[in-house]
Amino acid sequence: MKTKKVVSQIYLWLVLAVLYAPIIFIAIFSFTQAKSLGNWTGFTLDLYKSLFTGATSGSQALMEALKNTLFIALVASLVSTVLGTLAAIGIFNMRGRWKKSIQFLNNVPMLNPDIITGVSLFLLFVFLGVSKGYTTIILSHITFCTPYVVLNVMPKLVQMNPNIYDAALDLGANPFQAMLKVIIPQLKTGMLSGFILAFTMSLDDFAVTYFTAGSSGIDTLSTFIYADVRKGGLTPELKPMMTIIFLLILVVLLFVNLRAVKNTKKS
Amino acid sequence: MEQKDVIIRLEHISHSFGEKKVLEDINLYIKKGEFITFLGPSGCGKTTLLRLIAGFLSPDEGIITLEGKDISALPPYKRPLNTVFQRYALFPHLDVYDNVAFALKLQKLPVDEINARVQKVLKLVSMTDYEDRNVESLSGGQQQRIAIARAIVNQPKVLLLDEPLSALDLKMRKDMQIELKEMHKKLGITFIYVTHDQEEALTLSDTIVVLNDGRIQQIGTPTDIYNEPQNAFVADFIGDSNLLDGTMIRDGKVRFAGHDFDCVDSGFGENTPVDVVVRPEDIYIMNNTDAAQFTAVVKSCIFKGVHYEMYVDSDAGYELVIQDYNAFEVGSEVGLIIKPADIQVMHKERLCNTFEGEMTSATSVLFMDAEFDCLDCGLQKGDKVKVEVDFDKIDLLDDSHESDVEAHIRNLLYKGDHYHLEVKTAEGYTFFVNTNDVWDRNDLVGINILPEDIRLSKLENE
Repeated sequence: MKTKKVVSQIYLWLVLAVLYAPIIFIAIFSFTQAKSLGNWTGFTLDLYKSLFTGATSGSQALMEALKNTLFIALVASLVSTVLGTLAAIGIFNMRGRWKKSIQFLNNVPMLNPDIITGVSLFLLFVFLGVSKGYTTIILSHITFCTPYVVLNVMPKLVQMNPNIYDAALDLGANPFQAMLKVIIPQLKTGMLSGFILAFTMSLDDFAVTYFTAGSSGIDTLSTFIYADVRKGGLTPELKPMMTIIFLLILVVLLFVNLRAVKNTKKS
Repeated sequence: MEQKDVIIRLEHISHSFGEKKVLEDINLYIKKGEFITFLGPSGCGKTTLLRLIAGFLSPDEGIITLEGKDISALPPYKRPLNTVFQRYALFPHLDVYDNVAFALKLQKLPVDEINARVQKVLKLVSMTDYEDRNVESLSGGQQQRIAIARAIVNQPKVLLLDEPLSALDLKMRKDMQIELKEMHKKLGITFIYVTHDQEEALTLSDTIVVLNDGRIQQIGTPTDIYNEPQNAFVADFIGDSNLLDGTMIRDGKVRFAGHDFDCVDSGFGENTPVDVVVRPEDIYIMNNTDAAQFTAVVKSCIFKGVHYEMYVDSDAGYELVIQDYNAFEVGSEVGLIIKPADIQVMHKERLCNTFEGEMTSATSVLFMDAEFDCLDCGLQKGDKVKVEVDFDKIDLLDDSHESDVEAHIRNLLYKGDHYHLEVKTAEGYTFFVNTNDVWDRNDLVGINILPEDIRLSKLENE
């Protein structure tokens, strides 16, 4: 009995170790200055300092890429949340075959490989003669983020009592007020999770950004790192940045989970 | 013409969902302060009618007036009516106070006034001290009260209630019925109530509108509807009843269940086929068979609390249901008497199935989108014809594959010695069948009609 428990414990820790080893590895080596990964030349915070002060050209470019990434992700996910929510409401109120077909069409872009989405958007923009830049990148991100918002908002609509919109109208709200004061509050959690998902999808994206940024010189983190690696060697400040991003995500996740636990206890 | 005390008037209202007609030519007026109930089985159009009045739907045809003004095109938020919805439809993100205050806040009334009015209605529904509660933490009955409070806080001219009690358990429902009735008296406003529960309708209403298949079957007070149903549907739907085929021999004399009875009805003509309804409590049952109008053998006897419910087979082979305070032994012979005033005679809505058809050859005819063999009676291909088939001449088949027509049983009425079925085909045609076989609602059937049972007559081309 006891050995069984020990074995299962060891297995668990082994899995966790495999999962977290790479990021821990980067975190550790963010505190040393050695140029090549794996060499330990003593503890120092120099990389953190240079990341934030922009002491090297590499760290400046890295910060620029991070800003681009966040800007694009924020705009794209905000627009997707609005579009996706409206689309979900529209689809929900459709009837019969149309509803089924549109829902199916909504799912296709999510399963479509990024590379295909990227190349086809690239060709579309060329065809339409849109010059590459923030516009094309953000439009593309909105394109692949919106279906995720639809997917997150839809279940909230299904759960909703179908009469509450009518009830709002009945009590004197015009359609716009009913939407704002009654429907949106019901969809809030779905919209938020859709937004977060869209945001991370956008942060993560490489293929679509790579093809739609073209030669505009705009880099997000992923395209910057891709170019950086090809130039030979990663910018060392990348290691502290990765560590910080990881920690931020960890804090956010902990916060969200703790809140969920608190909420379930309350009700 | 316009009566002063009429608040809502519906004129020639029709409405369809896609291909399906749900309401057809509804004409109705509702008096100020009245408690009126739309009663009917599910799918009869009663909720659609309510939603038309509330403004969530607009009629395909016809107009709705409120106090003489046409409101047909007015959106719901501009109509001075409020609705209590099925399953409450409270706003889950707002607490009790904000739910009730919703309409008042939209009007940007001063805070003091909102406060005073919310308190007043919460008191009316006995829900003071619940202001800060989350609506989802309340019981069904409490949510119902809040829904009512929310609907009356704006002092509507008419309160619409869409099966408001259907989600409550029986005991709660009975209590709420009494409270609704009291609330109606206290508020003095018009209540329009929708339910499929005939008992609830009889208990609450001043006026009942019985609906079936998108048409008004009867409008009347609860006693009118119960004692003098105008057709077989109403008689069957409201209360328990013995529904039988009969023949009006002459004024004051009707024949049914194999015997002649005196009755109080007149004006049907002589030897006219009619529907007859006798309520189970209106048949007098006794051990003495000599003084009886006819006799029967008791088949079953069940205690129902206040009375016994007995099924008997009459001497002419009709099954009747009887309610009496005394129990009669199963298997014993009993005497039965029905008083003239307790016999309700109704016009038959139809005497046989009538279709429009077209000859596809001299010996085949197309109707209900299917081809049937018929006898050669000198008609030619392409002739438009009126097709008549008696109720008992249509055979229903278990296996719909054997027939060109696929249909569902929509409704059944027991007529003492046979069933009268309403059957609807997949193409939307309705026909009626008399049969001794037992079918269930929604059974899928095929049909068979013998060539000699199809009566044809040529329609003149216009």
